[in-house]
Amino acid sequence: MTTSYETREHDVLVIGAGGAGLRAAIEALAKGASVGVVCKSLLGKAHTVMAEGGIAAAMANVDTADGWQPHFRDTMRGGKFLNNWRMAQLHAQEAPDRVRELEQWGALFDRTDKGAILQRAFGGHTYKRLCHVGDRTGLEMIRTLQDRGVQLGFDVYMECTVTRLLTESGRLSGAFGYWRENGRFIVFKAKSVVIATGGIGKAWPVTSNSWEYTGDGMTLAFQAGAELMDMEFVQFHPTGMVWPPGVQGLLVTEAVRGEGGILRNKLGERFMEKYDPKRLELSTRDVVARSIYTEVKEGRGTEHGGAYLDISHKPAEYVKKKLPSMYHQFKELADVDITKGPMEVGPTCHYVMGGIRVDAETAQSTLPGLFAAGEAAAGLHGSNRLGGNSLSDLLVFGRRAGLAAAEHAKRVSNTGVSEAQIAEAEKELLAPFSNPNSESPYAVHRDLQKVMQSLVGIFRTAEDLKKAFAELEQLKARAAKASVEGSRLFNPGWHLAGELKSMLTVSEAVALSALARTESRGAHSRIDYPNYDPVWEKKHNIIVREGAAMKRRESPVEEMPEDLKQLAMPD
Amino acid sequence: MPDATLRVSRGDGAAGGQTVDYTVPVAPGMVVLDALHYIQGHLAPDLAVRWNCKAGKCGSCSAEVNGRPRLTCKTRMDDLPKDQPITVMPMKSFPRIKDLVTDVSWNYTVNKKIPAFRPLQDTDWKISQIDVDRVQEFRKCIECFLCQDVCHVIREHDAKAGFGGPRFFVRVAGLELHPLDALNRVGLLKDDLGIGLCNITKCCTEVCPEEIHITDNAIIPLKERVVDQFYDPLTMLFRKIRGR
Repeated sequence: MTTSYETREHDVLVIGAGGAGLRAAIEALAKGASVGVVCKSLLGKAHTVMAEGGIAAAMANVDTADGWQPHFRDTMRGGKFLNNWRMAQLHAQEAPDRVRELEQWGALFDRTDKGAILQRAFGGHTYKRLCHVGDRTGLEMIRTLQDRGVQLGFDVYMECTVTRLLTESGRLSGAFGYWRENGRFIVFKAKSVVIATGGIGKAWPVTSNSWEYTGDGMTLAFQAGAELMDMEFVQFHPTGMVWPPGVQGLLVTEAVRGEGGILRNKLGERFMEKYDPKRLELSTRDVVARSIYTEVKEGRGTEHGGAYLDISHKPAEYVKKKLPSMYHQFKELADVDITKGPMEVGPTCHYVMGGIRVDAETAQSTLPGLFAAGEAAAGLHGSNRLGGNSLSDLLVFGRRAGLAAAEHAKRVSNTGVSEAQIAEAEKELLAPFSNPNSESPYAVHRDLQKVMQSLVGIFRTAEDLKKAFAELEQLKARAAKASVEGSRLFNPGWHLAGELKSMLTVSEAVALSALARTESRGAHSRIDYPNYDPVWEKKHNIIVREGAAMKRRESPVEEMPEDLKQLAMPD
Repeated sequence: MPDATLRVSRGDGAAGGQTVDYTVPVAPGMVVLDALHYIQGHLAPDLAVRWNCKAGKCGSCSAEVNGRPRLTCKTRMDDLPKDQPITVMPMKSFPRIKDLVTDVSWNYTVNKKIPAFRPLQDTDWKISQIDVDRVQEFRKCIECFLCQDVCHVIREHDAKAGFGGPRFFVRVAGLELHPLDALNRVGLLKDDLGIGLCNITKCCTEVCPEEIHITDNAIIPLKERVVDQFYDPLTMLFRKIRGR
């Protein structure tokens, strides 16, 4: 028996209103589909807004030797060849058009002397490749997409959380959710669903991610029967703030290093000379993060357990112009003037390379009618993402997902939605109100974060990961007993109780995959297996649901065609 | 460090509100949003607060702290007087949903009235950095709606119908000054967004966390455009003669 709910119907339902979700919605609208966009926050507040450095696209405006081939090569090498080669190729080929399109919709980028879009250097990119607007590129991008979508006319369901995908005879039929404002239920009937819900960083305490990053989309897909892939690869951004405690984890853009910032330990040594003498500070994120971690661990860290990042050798006016929000962030939150002295930085959980397994061309998951793009999807970045490749990922594969979702919606007819599934979803959602007052969702969340930080962090061992499983089992039992106070009216404790399930699901997927991969590659570093293993270079970890259990399988890495192999492989 | 007392407005739209005092341990560098999170996590799990980035980039966590509209993520506890409770109230100009969360949907309705960018025909997309710099200021708005909250037209007179408010004058300025934009939104400013109602008290500029010179750089030049287009005596005479 279901309680009352409202019903909305769309050809394409997009979950998530960051760069990927909005770009998917725009494309589906352009193909004539009726589109609904659901987001947990207000429109325009999604995580994309925090992206600072820029969009990687081989436009060759600054370094004329650039082209899709070098971008493809950098992306594959950065991901240590675990990337889906076809996604990496499409991404490198299509990113410049996606940037030009953004400009035609009103985005304004910084310019070269000749009036073209300016591009800056970034870690792991051979050429100056990142199109940017100071250090607030994500804001410019999200406003542009938001306005474009409003103009084309999508329906936006703001502050609405989807808790379950509905299926009908092995096919997607819609989604179930609730309004955060009043707790009322809503059912979406849809022929296609695009998941663009971003990442999972809130399972760690030191993170650059906002509260929204709880792995909802991956969990929805997993529960509905779709496969997850490469979940062991969690990127720790090398430079988060470490002091004061309130801002710990807050991102310090890689653009600081792109603009010439230098990393030093407390002895004043430029330690990247040791770890990557060629690329120094502009090495890939996995390498820089591990280097800082190692310096601190070996006793050469700063007062608050980080490294110094210094840009004060550049003229103060230049720093303020190119890195305005960093200047303000440190001035206001840490009493540090970055034009005069160094920042203290350390690794912060930032991004997950793994996610929903998708087809390169269509972004369709292994469940027909379910698509995924952006951070929620796996494949493009392999075992480590290069800075700047995320915003371009959102545009390239957001568009492809929207296109394919609209086409899929044209081919299929509407099915009904299952009352039984809706009743079950309602029951699950309301359980915390009837649980005896035994467990605070906030306490469970804090304990989960401790487990993930200490046992499933930058460096991992079999012993720690096994311990993590035992802890996660206990946390799952506690989460099931989570109870909430108050009403269904805008109740954050209740919202968190639901999101805990997502965080626990993705945390288990990360730990399961990390334990299996007995090698170190990209962002996955095993102390007990410190080297590459050529066998693991050929395998992905796949996570899939079997009944109520989470199972791991392996799947071969798709072989690159010979010409691309020539292009990508080290000389 | 001593504990702080936060006096937080609780209640929902229907039931009205009252303030409740909470004692919160203070850590170095702590901001008001941290204190609100502490309350959620330990004292009042259903305390409704909007937030996202906690880095001053998304504009979600607006509230009135000790009577002043601010982003709670950028308001440091050690900048506030220690000998009295810190009051945290929701933005006054918008209907309260619950606790510190208000219904800001009116802003999204206004936004829909503004035509998006339309490029000049046959442009080669070459733009000089000077032209980008000029318009940057308006485009860094994070839509925290604090300017809307303090605007007299909205706060004291609740004249939301037929008015846009500082946020949307800034948005129009960002479009009108885009070097390649082909549209003219001056009529819209005058009629639908009611820019004439603004009497330039600069309250909006004072509270802007992005330090946008809303009044001087956006509103006044836009008002001038309205005057030039609609109230210039010569143009008016010309219109009369031509009968339109």
